[in-house]
This record gives sequence, structure tokens and C-alpha cells, in this order.
Amino acid sequence: MFVPGNNPGMIKDAYIYNCDCIMFDLEDSVSYTEKDAARSLVFHALTTIDYGDKELVVRVNALDSSIGIDDLEAMVRARIDVIRLPKTETAQDIIFCEEQIERIEISIGMPVGTTKMMAAIESAQGVLNAPAIAKASKRLIGIALGAEDYVTDLKTNRSPEGIELLFARSMILQAARSAGISALDTVFSDVNDEEGLIAEAKHIKQLGFDGKSVINPRQIQPIIDIFTPTLKEIQKAKAVMEAIAEANRRGSGVISLNGKMIDRPIVLRAERVISLAKAAKIIS
Amino acid sequence: MEIVTTGLAGTMESSDIMVTVSKPTQAGITIELSSSVSKQFGKQIRGVILECAHKLGVMDASITAVDQGALDCVIKARVKTAIYRACLSTDYKWEV
Amino acid sequence: MPNFDLTALAHMDELKTQTPFDTEHVYKELKTCHERELSDNKIVPTLQDAIRLCGLKDGMTISFHHHFRNGDFVVNKVMAVIAQMGIKALVLAPSSLIDIHKPLIDHIRNGVVRRIETSGLRGELAEEISHGLMEVPVVFRSHGGRAAVIETGELPIDIAFIGAPSCDPLGNANGYSRDNDKGIVCGAMGYAKLDAQHARKVVILTDNIVPFPNVPFGIPESDVDYIVEVDAIGDPNGIMSGATRYTTNPKELMIAQKVAEVIEATDFFRNGFSLQMGSGGASLATVRFMKEKMLKKKIKASFALGGITGQIVQLHEEGLIKKILDVQSFDLEAARSLKDNRFHQQISASYYASPNSKGSAVNQLDFVVLSALELDVDFNVNVLTGSDGVIRGAIGGHCDTAAGASVAIITCPLTRGRIPTIVDRVNTIVTPGKTIDIVVTDQGIAVNPIRSDLMKMMERAGIDLCTIEELRDKARRIVGQGTPIAYTDRVVGVVTYRDGSVIDLIYQVKDDQETED
Repeated sequence: MFVPGNNPGMIKDAYIYNCDCIMFDLEDSVSYTEKDAARSLVFHALTTIDYGDKELVVRVNALDSSIGIDDLEAMVRARIDVIRLPKTETAQDIIFCEEQIERIEISIGMPVGTTKMMAAIESAQGVLNAPAIAKASKRLIGIALGAEDYVTDLKTNRSPEGIELLFARSMILQAARSAGISALDTVFSDVNDEEGLIAEAKHIKQLGFDGKSVINPRQIQPIIDIFTPTLKEIQKAKAVMEAIAEANRRGSGVISLNGKMIDRPIVLRAERVISLAKAAKIIS
Repeated sequence: MEIVTTGLAGTMESSDIMVTVSKPTQAGITIELSSSVSKQFGKQIRGVILECAHKLGVMDASITAVDQGALDCVIKARVKTAIYRACLSTDYKWEV
Repeated sequence: MPNFDLTALAHMDELKTQTPFDTEHVYKELKTCHERELSDNKIVPTLQDAIRLCGLKDGMTISFHHHFRNGDFVVNKVMAVIAQMGIKALVLAPSSLIDIHKPLIDHIRNGVVRRIETSGLRGELAEEISHGLMEVPVVFRSHGGRAAVIETGELPIDIAFIGAPSCDPLGNANGYSRDNDKGIVCGAMGYAKLDAQHARKVVILTDNIVPFPNVPFGIPESDVDYIVEVDAIGDPNGIMSGATRYTTNPKELMIAQKVAEVIEATDFFRNGFSLQMGSGGASLATVRFMKEKMLKKKIKASFALGGITGQIVQLHEEGLIKKILDVQSFDLEAARSLKDNRFHQQISASYYASPNSKGSAVNQLDFVVLSALELDVDFNVNVLTGSDGVIRGAIGGHCDTAAGASVAIITCPLTRGRIPTIVDRVNTIVTPGKTIDIVVTDQGIAVNPIRSDLMKMMERAGIDLCTIEELRDKARRIVGQGTPIAYTDRVVGVVTYRDGSVIDLIYQVKDDQETED
């Protein structure tokens, strides 16, 4: 869930909601004259408030100015989990960011590699370089699409069906999977249009995305509902895992369930369902 | 740090605090506080503002604060930002 | 002509009728009913006339209702005339007082009002009283408590001034109009009904005289003595909104979702259950979430009590709530339903919550969902004073419904800005913890340890609970340790429980505690 970095009211309450990850924003939602104020606010919030077991991410400003560098200095020291780099265009952007983070980690005696990274792709150039970007650093845990800037770069606009985003989403997914990291979809801006949100979430789930960014707590539950496996799916997955255990007990290399052979893709899908169910706290 | 101008940070929104730091008119830190929770937390808020200023090496200043129920971490952030702006400094020190 | 010798009858001393008939005493009305309505009615030219005819004197007790909420003009209009007439030292016994009643401050200073009995105080009037405006402490009563003392005569009302959106020339009054679109709407007038039944004299103020008979009536003509037509009795914008809106506040939605889950988890959620909801954002949203669960489990409610909103009306009209018992209407939808729906019944404050009646509606409740300004580790609730010790709320039916309902649920955010809701000890006890069962906040749910039955139900349903102490600690960690409020030793308010006993005292707040510079 995106939380504007200069808004104390939202920052202090963010942990209440059941999102997986809180993304404090120092970039586009903060005006130029308030960058320093937002940075200080997020720093103090991170070092004081108990956000529980949520993953904490901060979207820093682009690193082509001192503002972005100052953001890194503060956020790494605040022990942020993940730095989200906006408008990533090339692998070099990631490498440069990592160098800065490493420099700071060393200067404060933090084990190098502690702070993770996320790349936000927001332009055509970025999309074309996505595979290289995704592999550019071991710290990278995910690659995300930022649709607003991207469609402007394409010289089009967003539509409900999202055809204009198909290529970008697909590229980002291929990049994510080839690098073994998460693929995250863009925000859905109309907070009052729950139907539109659900349609888009179903679409990106089917494409293969791991998750989606939200801008309001009201958007959290509909997305959880879509990404949470159904009881039927969980039962099926458990049956597969049980079949594997059974085969292991028998010492057999062939796994079968209901007369059908179970091969590796099925096993991997079952494991994914189980881990999603665990994440949704449906099973322990 | 030396106060060279007036620095303002924060807004009038709920849970925020608007802090103005200006050149001192007398020795020490003078704090003018107006708060929606002045009875319950006035003393606490003044303490946080004072400690913040001292930690940044500012011993003399005129500080005005209009509080809308901001938590301590928000007060610290706004006071520090206002002081840095008042000192026209970007020599940030991020200590926990 | 009959010619009896009544003195010769045996047992005459026992029989009470001893006067022989005389044709001279027979009177036949020859005017048309229309002429009668216009000439032989209870309408008096001015408010001053009505007050004089009622025989108002110094020291008497007068009452008002608060069905017009913050759009009420009646109290201020009546008090202005009373003040002008030079009457002093009155006991004011309204069902509640709101921000708009600020002019009472002057009436108090000028000695027109000597003491007040009310369910609540708000705005500047409340602040002034908290700072010692009145010599005699204000007595706070719940709606049920007030009904009880009025019925027994312990609080005898000399004159009840009742603003009515429609009234016929003989006194049949309603909180809406069937005859025209003129006039304001307030819906049910349960508090006014009670006053009309028991006050020595009743004056209706209306800006909408309608033809006789104004039936079905909320207040029957038999309770009414005088009627005064004024140009405006209230401001529709201050009285109620069009329809109470579903909240979009994510905190309130979260709390509402949890409340619905808690209700569903209890054994009391079965076909024919009864409920009362508050009017806050979380309460309204709770109704929506409950509807989903009722449809899923094919459960219908036997009745809803309140404090009625459009959301309740919608469920009634969809067949999910069989009947509605209405003591006050919170929005135009509820008022419309009162007018149109057969099974939407207006009830008086006594029927609603009197502790003296076995059959009080509150005693038939399964669930009540209430709010709180503060709640402490003993589950005591404060709905009267803020965290700064200043009076800012009303008891309403809080302690009545909490005592009557099988499951009393409090909904509140853990903190409101920098003000903790769950505290060590509330500033003012209004509802005793013994009657509060479950607290649902946005950051945790706590069940009163004396309700082990409910705890088991929550466990069975997989609802995570924490202790009330954990909630208090969490709130304190967030806001920090505040300075206790400083009071003087002067009592400005006496808070009674529904049985009339004194449950707490409100002291005057000290002026010189850290305030604005």
C-alpha cells in the first residue's frame, strides 16, 4: 500500500491495515519543496512506530539529484527493508543505486546486502531493458510496473481493458521469472470503482503477477480475495503433496494421483498454492 | 547550527504539527504552543521540541507550534525540518 | 322531565352520581366541523399567552425534546420569551441539549434557569458548565432513567414545550406531515411522547397547522393543552441528513467488518434475533456487512430498536427485519418509513428503556452496538466527558441498552488522533463495566472476562482476542503518557445510572492547566 511520505495521519495508521507491504513514498506524491520534510517524517516513523511483520519499502527520488541520494542516506539508516527505485531505465541505474546503498551500509557498519531493492519500470526504455534490469543485482527482490508515466511515454492513455499495458506487463513478467524475482502490477487509481479493481486484479493474476500496489486500504481485501486460493484449490494442492509423500514412503519415483501421473509443473503449482494459502493464514 | 531565517514545517492537517522556527528574541528556547490536546500532552510536546532543538545544537530560538494531535515522532520530524530550514542547512544527521 | 327522589334511594352514599338531569345543561353544537376546527381549538395567539395560561411561575420545571437535534429553534424561542416575562429559577429538564442551545448560557447567568436535568450537553454551553457556570450541579440521566423519574413524579414536569412538524388545531401532533410537504421532518418523537403523557401542561409549537384529524398521530390531542403557531420551529439541515451515508473511512469499515464477524460468531445470531445499532459511521457500515451474513445464513431479525436509520429501513423493506420500534429517527428515510410502513412503530421513551417496566424494549435486545469516548480496563464506559475533562456528549440510551441486551458491543478506534480511547480509568463512568461485553477496535478485540460464554464463542470462530490491558498498553505506547487532568473540588455534574443512583461526579476543570498560550 502506497502511503504519501508527507502525510502524518496516514503514516501513523498504516500498520493497522492488512496489506503485506507498506510503501512510503518520497517521490511523486511529495511536492518538490517538501522533500526534506517527508524524508524526516518517514525516517522518524520508521524508527519509532511498530509496523509489525509488514514488509517496509520506501520509494526514493531518482538518484540523478542530491534529493535521491539524501533519501538513501536516511532510509538505509532507518533500516528500511526495501528501496524502490523509480523510473528505472537501465541495468546501470540499479548498479549505481546498489553502489550507493553499499557505501552507506559500510559506513554505518551494517552487513552489506541487508537492504533489498525493487525496480519500478515506468517507460518504454525501461520495459525493453527489463530482463537486464531484473538480473542487475542480487538485492533485487521484485520488479514493478508504473503505468501512469509509462502510458504517457507511449503517447497513449489507460483504458479499463488495459491493452496498452499488455506488452509492458508481459515483459516485466518474463524479466521477473527469468531472474527469479517477484512481478508487481501498477496501482488502480479509481478508489471508488471496486468492480474495475477486481477485473484488473483477476487479469493480472491470470497473467502470472505476484501482487498489486494499492493506494487506499479499501482496495486491500478485494485483492487478497482474488489472490487467495479457494478451498477447492487448496484441497487439490494438499492432495498432490500427500501423493508425493506417499510415493516417498513407498520409495517409488513415480507419483500418481487419481490415476494420473503428476509431473514437476503440477508439483510446483501445488507448492505455490500452499504457500499462498499460508500467506493468507488459511492454513498454518 | 545557526538560525539565519525563519523556517516553517508541517501543516494544519489532523495528526500534524506546524512548527515555525525563528531567530531568538531572548536567550534560550521560547516555545509558543497551541494544541488540541494541550491539557493532556502540552508538557510532553514542549519537552520533545526542546530536546530536538538541543540535540541539533540549537540553544536559542523562538519556536511557535500549532498542534493537531501529532505523535512524538511527527513532532520530532517537523521540528528538525523547521530548524534545518531556518539554518539553511542540509547537513542532515540521521541518528536513531 | 325525569322526576326522581334520589334521597330516597338506598346506598346513595356509595353511588357517586347524585345530580338529577336538567335540560338546561344540555348543549348541542350547531357549527360545521370546519367552523369548529377554526374557532373552538387549542390554538393561542402567542407563545407568551400559552406560557401565561399554563401558569408558569418561578422555580417550576419545564421540558423540551431533542428530536430536532442541532436544528432546534424551540428551546431558544421559548426561553427568550420566558426570560422577557421575568420568570426566574426554573428547572430545565430537556431530553438533551445540543450546541445550538448556546443562548442558555445567558439565561443561566441571568438567573432564568437555576438547574438542569438532561441526558447530555454539548458545545459552548457544555464548556461553560464544565468551567463552573452553574451553582447547582447538572443532573445527567439516561433516556430510561429520565422516563422513570418522570413517570413516578420524582421529576414532575410543569410544562412540556413540544415542537411538532405537524399539528391539527386540536393537538394531534406528528414528526412529519401527511398533508403537505411544508414543514420540517424529524420522524419519531419518542421523548416528546413521554413528556406529553406526564407533564401537567403541554404546549405544542408548530409551523404547520394541518386539518383535523392528524392521524395516525404520534402525540394524541388528549395530551395537549395549547398550540402556538410560529414561523419556524427548526432548521432541516441541522435536524437530519437526507440519508445517512455509508462511510468510506477505511478504519470505520474495518471495525464494522469485525463487529459483523463478532456478532455472527455468537450463538445469539439466529433466526428471530433482535438488535439496536448506533448512528456512527462504523455502526451504519456494520448493518451492511450483517446483511451479507443474514442472507448467507438465511437469518431474519425479529425487530430492530433505536435510533433508526435508512439502513435499518432498507433491511426491513427487504424482509430481513420484521418489525421496527422507533424512539427517534436519524434520517429522512427513517421518517418516511415511519409514515408509510405499517410495522414501523413509534414508541415513547418509557416503552423504550424505562427500568421500571418489565417489558421495556431494551430488555428484549440480543445485540446492541454502541460507541464510547473512553473505556477503561474494567470495561466502564464514558460517553459524557472528553479526555480533557470537559463535558461534550450525552448518555442517551447507553446504559439502558447495555443492561438490557444479551450482548453489548462497543466499537471505537484505539486512538482518536492523540487521544487514547482505552485507558486505565475513564474520566467519568456512565455505563458500568458489568454490562459491557465486547470491545471492538481497529487494532484488537477484547471480551469482558465475566463473559466466558462469549469468549468460548469467539475462540470457536477463530476470532483473535487480546486483553483489555493489552489494548490500553498499545494505546499508551502510541500516544505517550499524558498528564492527568486537573480538577477543582467543585462538582458541576451528577451522573446517575438508569435506576437513579449516582454512579459518578463531574468536577470543574481547572483553568490554569497547560492551555493555549
